[in-house]
Amino acid sequence: MEKFDKLSGIAAPMPLVNIDTDMIIPKVFLKTIKRSGLGVNLFDEMRYDRDGNEIPDFVLNKPAYREAQILVAGDNFGCGSSREHAPWALADFGIKAVISTSFADIFFNNCFKNGILPIVLPQEQVDALMKDAEKGANARMEIDLEAQTVTSSDGDVFHFEVDPHRKHCLLNGLDDIGLTLEKSASIDAFEKKMALERPWV
Amino acid sequence: MSPKTLYDKIWDAHVAHEAEDGTCLLYIDRHLVHEVTSPQAFEGLRLADREVHSPDKTIAVPDHNVPTTPGREDPAQMTEESRIQVEALDKNARDFGIHYYPVNDIRQGIVHIVGPEQGWTLPGMTVVCGDSHTATHGAFGALAHGIGTSEVEHVLATQTLIQKKSKNMKVEITGKLKPGVTAKDITLAVIGKTGTAGGTGYVIEYCGEAIRDLSMEGRMTVCNMAIEGGARAGLIAPDEKTFEYIKGRPHAPKGGQWEQAMEWWKTLHSDDDAHWDKIVTLKGEEIEPVVTWGTSPEDVLPITDVVPSPEDFTGGKVEAAKRALDYMGLTPGQKLTDIKVDAVFVGSCTNGRIEDLREVAKVLKGRKVADGVRMMIVPGSGLVREQAEEEGLAEIFQEAGAEWRLAGCSMCLAMNPDQLAPEERCASTSNRNFEGRQGYKGRTHLMSPAMAAAAAVTGHLTDVRELT
Ligand code: SF4
Repeated sequence: MEKFDKLSGIAAPMPLVNIDTDMIIPKVFLKTIKRSGLGVNLFDEMRYDRDGNEIPDFVLNKPAYREAQILVAGDNFGCGSSREHAPWALADFGIKAVISTSFADIFFNNCFKNGILPIVLPQEQVDALMKDAEKGANARMEIDLEAQTVTSSDGDVFHFEVDPHRKHCLLNGLDDIGLTLEKSASIDAFEKKMALERPWV
Repeated sequence: MSPKTLYDKIWDAHVAHEAEDGTCLLYIDRHLVHEVTSPQAFEGLRLADREVHSPDKTIAVPDHNVPTTPGREDPAQMTEESRIQVEALDKNARDFGIHYYPVNDIRQGIVHIVGPEQGWTLPGMTVVCGDSHTATHGAFGALAHGIGTSEVEHVLATQTLIQKKSKNMKVEITGKLKPGVTAKDITLAVIGKTGTAGGTGYVIEYCGEAIRDLSMEGRMTVCNMAIEGGARAGLIAPDEKTFEYIKGRPHAPKGGQWEQAMEWWKTLHSDDDAHWDKIVTLKGEEIEPVVTWGTSPEDVLPITDVVPSPEDFTGGKVEAAKRALDYMGLTPGQKLTDIKVDAVFVGSCTNGRIEDLREVAKVLKGRKVADGVRMMIVPGSGLVREQAEEEGLAEIFQEAGAEWRLAGCSMCLAMNPDQLAPEERCASTSNRNFEGRQGYKGRTHLMSPAMAAAAAVTGHLTDVRELT
């Protein structure tokens, strides 16, 4: 997995609440058996018309935001289907962090597995960053995972919380499976115990 | 010992390792796999030269992509991409030696219907699947939740999941339901009350008299939509109905193991003075048959109500409501019962079980699907289909003019040939009314099977209690 430590990038504002994973990557694109290549279809139904032409009003189609690496989004981002295609599509497009007041649980987990940092901040701070993002390409936000801060283009600094284990994995680009397999003795011991206590499982 | 919730008990019984910061390796008893979210996970295993840790606890079935029309074994019936996904599952299941129900097996069906039906899902288990509606299995008092593809790979390789414990939320439905009100109305009413993020960070336990009174099928419907309320999982404590349902199923424990299992299962309930981080109570008598009007499952209203206006909301929801009304082609103030439908879909892991089909048959019997309405009835599994035929339900459906399909996810998500056309409006028993969920620009109203059947015969959203 790619490491994440510091990021300085353009942030795109998406104030809509309840942006679900069907919006992030519509199901017609779930038919792939690969992880890559989904970026062109990110937000497909909002981004293109039926004939495949870009809808100019959609934020990521505007010249200022085509290179966005951060999304500032409305509440409950990533709700709905568990599809990991959503963070794959975000990552493939180049999005490395999403800021919102809250995220759906599975999406939130999936982000960390794909080098994307989901940042939860209180409403007024998200509102402030939303305004900042609306300024366009000149407004670069900075995210420092080590320090756990987001800095707006005006220099306002907001502190965020992140789970220490997840932070460690993102900073070092660690793969979960490798880490878990190091604990295989615990798993074996658990299975032995279960074979006696709950043999029907 | 300090008092525990049901969730606490199942959690504690599955921690294989706990790190200092509270991150746990949770042991997984059952891993269900379908074709859409697993190919990249198996590819990951192959690339790393890893095996499936417990093939015996891993069960695969194709459901999302499969067509639901006769002759579907013929690969030409699927788009090339769908066919590749189903073939990939076929190959992965065989290569890694996991349990598998291929398309032409009578036991094939929607993964969340097949698991309980085959007795794979048992009380006190941890059950995961790369699918958000895994919460369904919580109806058995199993801790069941959806996971992403990276986690699918993690479970395949290690039989564990890296987890932190969620908080405990109790949703109590007191009293009795009124006639015409069903499990689907309960679960939608709860989401209408808590919102789609109301359960975020929690595992919900549903309890109360109205929940106890539900059949296992109804309980599965309730737990199925826990995820729509944002919760990680939904649970219902097992009781005699649960044990009765499980007994004799192909993979249920037998003989002495059954006795041993029962001993433990009977302890699986929340202790009286257990701690709850959040409690929500609804009165069963106050729940009405409901429908959704918008594009989020929280957009729920009693069928007797009218379409709301964006000004009825606050904050970000104002914009969302405007967008939803526009997408759904509705006008504020319009009576919900005046909304005409073009299609009716009965099926999905929410409402594709035998009891749901019986409800639909009750309404359709002696009636006809309204002119210009297309009704599709899709059983949740091959076995549900077989039973519906034995009980004479299929005949009722066909006489009414509905299409009687083969098992699969079908129009719940439109990844297969069953889809809405743009602006087509559908009364649906599924669980999501998101934009484009049932087809590009398709419009979905969620409701119970009885309400969907009522809409089918009248051609518009209808209060099933008025069809006598
Ligand atoms: S029926 Fe619908 S919700 Fe259930 S598993 Fe299939 S697609 Fe998902």
